Amino acid sequence: MNQLIPPVNTNDHIYGSAALELVEYGDYECPYCGRAYPIIKHIQQKLGDDLKFVFRNFPLSHIHPHAFAAAVATEAAGLQNKFWEMHDIVFENQKTLEPGDIFYFAKSIGLDLEKFKNDITNNELQSKVEGDIESGFRSGVNKTPTFFINGVRYEGDWEENTFLQYLKDQLMETSISGE
Amino acid sequence: MVAIGTIAPDFELNSTPDQKLRLSELRDKKIILAFYPADWSPVCDDQLTLYNEMEKYFAKHNAQLVAISVDSKWSHLAFSGDRKFHFPLLSDFEPKGDVARLYEVYDVKTGECKRALYVIDEKGVIRWHYLSPVGLNPGADGILNALEEIDNF
Repeated sequence: MNQLIPPVNTNDHIYGSAALELVEYGDYECPYCGRAYPIIKHIQQKLGDDLKFVFRNFPLSHIHPHAFAAAVATEAAGLQNKFWEMHDIVFENQKTLEPGDIFYFAKSIGLDLEKFKNDITNNELQSKVEGDIESGFRSGVNKTPTFFINGVRYEGDWEENTFLQYLKDQLMETSISGE
Repeated sequence: MVAIGTIAPDFELNSTPDQKLRLSELRDKKIILAFYPADWSPVCDDQLTLYNEMEKYFAKHNAQLVAISVDSKWSHLAFSGDRKFHFPLLSDFEPKGDVARLYEVYDVKTGECKRALYVIDEKGVIRWHYLSPVGLNPGADGILNALEEIDNF
């Protein structure tokens, strides 16, 4: 059983504050991650405040040449408190991730472009992405996307109905054991 | 599998159509031997793609990855070129599976290598091994832990 290393912490991009915690290791250029994106959105809508969602970068640079830069771009958007906006627009347009496209996305979500331009060359952001990748290797990420639920790798199917049902079951267990 | 603590059996296989690689030539480095069933197959693809991203993490530990299957050197050439692998794919093709047998990871039913990992230290001693269920990608966490353990020994 693979555990998430390190556990979710303040370096992470976290959506929501529920006890039920879903972590995705994803690659912005990976078609499977692109397919998982709307599924996760629906699940977030359905579970609402009962779900915490965390995204960690796992770009496979050799097969997806735009993935690393796209990850850095979302981190740069994060510095302007627009990580999730960038995460969404990149996944929604994952077939067009040339530098010009990335700047267009940055503009569309209302980033300060001068700051963004500086930030994407920032070594710290590159290191942040590399840190995510290394944590993925340690956690036993073996493909993208890989999911962890409450710190444990999820081996099951992530098609919407199966995944949602699994998360609901986890939610029941959490609320029962919490009583 | 071959016992931990024993010297890794030496062998020589084609790494490209016109080059051979002998394991003992890689002494002074740690070696990760990854036996896998088949070029182009889905799980092997994910596994090797993952390891391809790990070159610099392996290098940090002075380790080199070498992958082995029974596919021909020409299949390896095409597979490696297509996926842009930065590590050698060795061809255990003739006599088929000889090296896999030497390492006790040949599957006689399928005629392929099992999905198995060995970590060998700089002196050529086997320090860790792992036999994965054939349909599961073992990831890299076991390898990283083994490399760290050798470094901290």
